[in-house]
Amino acid sequence: MHVVGVAGVAALQVATIAVGGLVLVGLMRKVRARVEGRVGAPIVQPLRDVRKLLRKERLRPQFSTWIFPLAPVVLVATVCVAALMTPLITSRPALGAGSDLFVVVYLLLLGSAMIALAGLDTGTAFGGMGSSRALTIGALAEPALLVTILALSISAHSSNFPAIIRATLADPGVIVSPARLFALAALLIVIVAESGRLPVDNPATHLELTMIHEAMILEYSGPDLALVTLGEAMRLALLLGVFVNLMLPWGIASSTSIARVALGTLVLCAKVATVAGALSFVEVFIAKLRLFRLPELLAGAFVLALLGAVSGVVAK
Amino acid sequence: MTTGFELVCGALVGLAAAVGGAVLPSRWRVAATASLVIGACALEMAAAIGVLATGHDARWHSVALLPSTGTTLLLTPLGAIFVILVALVAVPAALYWTGYAPHGMSGRLTACGFATFVTVLLLVPAAASVATFMFLWEMMALTSLALVLTDQSGREAARSAGVWYGVITHVGAAFILAAFLLMTAHSGAQTFATLESHARTLAPGARAVIFLLALVGFGSKAGVVPFHVWLPRAHPEAPSPVSALMSGAMVALGVYGIVLFGNVLLGGGPVWWWLVVLALGGVSALYGSLHAANSTDLKKLLAYSTTDNIGLVLLAVGASGLFVATGHGRLGALSLVAAFFILVSHAMFKGALFLAAGSVQVATGTRDLDLLGGLLRRMPQTGALFLVAAASICALPPLNGFVGEWLLFQSLLHGVNLGSTSGDVAVPLAVAALALTAGLTIVAFVKAAGVGFLGRPRSPGADDAVEVATSMRLGVGLLVTMCVVAGVAPMTILPALERAVRTALPRVGAGPVTHGLQLQLVGVRGVLAPTVLTASLVVAMIVVASLRRGLSRRRDVRVTEAWGCGRELVTARMQYTATSFAEPVQRVFDDVLRPVRDLDVSHAAESRYVIESISYRSHVDDRIESALYTPVIKSVRRWGQIARRLQPGSVHRYLAYGLVALVVTLVVVAVTA
Repeated sequence: MHVVGVAGVAALQVATIAVGGLVLVGLMRKVRARVEGRVGAPIVQPLRDVRKLLRKERLRPQFSTWIFPLAPVVLVATVCVAALMTPLITSRPALGAGSDLFVVVYLLLLGSAMIALAGLDTGTAFGGMGSSRALTIGALAEPALLVTILALSISAHSSNFPAIIRATLADPGVIVSPARLFALAALLIVIVAESGRLPVDNPATHLELTMIHEAMILEYSGPDLALVTLGEAMRLALLLGVFVNLMLPWGIASSTSIARVALGTLVLCAKVATVAGALSFVEVFIAKLRLFRLPELLAGAFVLALLGAVSGVVAK
Repeated sequence: MTTGFELVCGALVGLAAAVGGAVLPSRWRVAATASLVIGACALEMAAAIGVLATGHDARWHSVALLPSTGTTLLLTPLGAIFVILVALVAVPAALYWTGYAPHGMSGRLTACGFATFVTVLLLVPAAASVATFMFLWEMMALTSLALVLTDQSGREAARSAGVWYGVITHVGAAFILAAFLLMTAHSGAQTFATLESHARTLAPGARAVIFLLALVGFGSKAGVVPFHVWLPRAHPEAPSPVSALMSGAMVALGVYGIVLFGNVLLGGGPVWWWLVVLALGGVSALYGSLHAANSTDLKKLLAYSTTDNIGLVLLAVGASGLFVATGHGRLGALSLVAAFFILVSHAMFKGALFLAAGSVQVATGTRDLDLLGGLLRRMPQTGALFLVAAASICALPPLNGFVGEWLLFQSLLHGVNLGSTSGDVAVPLAVAALALTAGLTIVAFVKAAGVGFLGRPRSPGADDAVEVATSMRLGVGLLVTMCVVAGVAPMTILPALERAVRTALPRVGAGPVTHGLQLQLVGVRGVLAPTVLTASLVVAMIVVASLRRGLSRRRDVRVTEAWGCGRELVTARMQYTATSFAEPVQRVFDDVLRPVRDLDVSHAAESRYVIESISYRSHVDDRIESALYTPVIKSVRRWGQIARRLQPGSVHRYLAYGLVALVVTLVVVAVTA
């Protein structure tokens, strides 16, 4: 029973991230449209798009290699494994023992690196351009991200993610400690940068010279594009899920009883939807930053993270 | 204590290989020498494994071999892991060499030098007296210097690399010798055991001087900033099996020297020593990775990334010393395990990358990434192996680079808030350095793999490339297999590393990691399950791939033209090159790198408003080199010019010099007596 329960919750967690991620993207588009005074597409539109794309014919650019079809698979697989490790619905995820924030970060990095390689694999100018820009941003976001993890881990004496959540639940005071607040602010900037939202990248643009992520995946179509879209949506949902559970961990299921898990799922969706809606609302009022202004933003995130780590040490 | 039977046998087989390389006819020379080298590696490895398994040091002493001092070999567990590390690179390199030899590495001198180099590398970690150590250390420097120059000595770049390497390695050796002499002057004998037992009674100032001398001496061999300048010159010019050995194994012995002095001979030191090591490591890691991200020469990129990786190792060594000095021995042991793990991993993936770079050079005739491309289709196996090794150096799970960085991160994570202010400040900065290095390394190696092996060929050489000889692929494949095994099952090598750490930090006691199916840190909360991680990744990939296959209505994949903005003609020149790929990073770090940009616009004779041609060149120079070394070289040259005036060719003046010198000596003797 226990094994079945754990496996069931694990599957639910991955499914929630997959379906919820796509709905989340639809929701963010809807919020944006409404604020701009448009009606907007239904929030399930990305789901329909992915379903449509999955049934199409697979295309492959002339000079590409096995990297090109492999990259979307790796992207989705890494997010799935990360979802199995992360306490989202339950505070005891299936791969919880080895669940480490550091491991989650590097798993996601594996997906990004593969997509960047695939961009170069197409042999076109756009692919290389997107890869180069995406990796530059990724490299600059990395210090902020790892120091954030350090700051988050200080209070729990571990970078084991379930342990951090349990420590937070046991002592909710840490949430308003300067260490946690600075770290969460830094984390939010990094999430925006990593998932290619405004002001770092505009997910709606298709103007060649300003694209970052879209340029990298320009050659993907059909089922491969469906996987890339799915992977990116899942990654956004996962990162936001991590963020909300560090900010407000309440509602997370501590057992595998059906009622608790159902409640946990609902609470998670509500929390993530609120944060995503707020992000999308703010995005309407800001423009994309120039690529070479981004280091300043990410350096700001790094300083916040460092402040978090240092104040965590001082508070001890 | 066991007799060092295998130790000596291995050395003898290595010597036989060297002699064979020098005398055998060209038909068997390479095959026979390579086999003997592999045999020597196997014997030394057996000795090292014996030491690690039984816990008894292997000892051998001969009064006759070196005049007046004798030769002392003593293989401790600490030395044993370095012997294994050397053998892990040397066996694939020797295998690779059998295929590489026809491309300019089959001469007598090269064969003899290669065998000697490997033998000496295998013996350095077993040296246990000052004379033995310095003899082997110098042999290592000289044979590698000869190998950098062989077969290419006509080329200006190789000659310049030889000069830089020769000078830096000998200045480094002088520093090491000075450190040893200060210790022997105090202890009166020259075996390491005596040095160690007398080190406690040294004055703190003397200890600090000895440590700093050793740090500079061994740091120059390890390629630490600011002594790294020989790496990006010597590694590219050396034949590839030699570059692999130099970068994977010889540079690691520099770290061995620092641990030998800091932890074993001097028995640890105050906090500031280790903060210096930590800072050196952090700066090296950042500087190396930044230059690696901006290099377009494949082997130069790998050379800079060696500085980067050794920087991370020193960061871990420094953190270890810091934790031990503040009384957190177990954490210090964890950092040192991380350092050794990164070092062993580095030997595996950097060895593989250098060998694969050699294959690329053989197949295409160039190492310039801006002229490569599309090699994965033309050299499928070498390309795939390069990609895996690159993923490994980028610390991507589930490969060995990742496990190393995880161990280092965990030790740093638990090292904050230990109560020492210096540690509390240093550790978050160390984490930031580790993270930025990791990010830049990914840029560098996605660039190397993506621009070099994917896309379309950018030159006829790359277009005509064909897969290299089987033995060359086997050599690279062996190293890449090790990367995968050490990543998926790190528990296969961790016990040996922990055994070595117990030798370096004898007072710490139990090991910092327990290892069943997962790695569990002792005393602090941290678990990594690499096998589970790998298995779940593989399963997830299979599920996702079959989902894609199952849902698509049509099974076949149609090949189409890539989007060219509506243009029909999309050429290979339109691709991003290595230079353009690194341009954003270069612009972000403009103040650090100071790239040199030359823009020449020539106008037509008729009118200044008509432009005839524009030439634009941009290159990134090593700023440390121009700021630190150029003035020194200039002043040495100036003093040299002045000194030439002493030597005008007149015999009378020379006789006068002799007379003056004699008189001055007599006066000095008279006054002081």
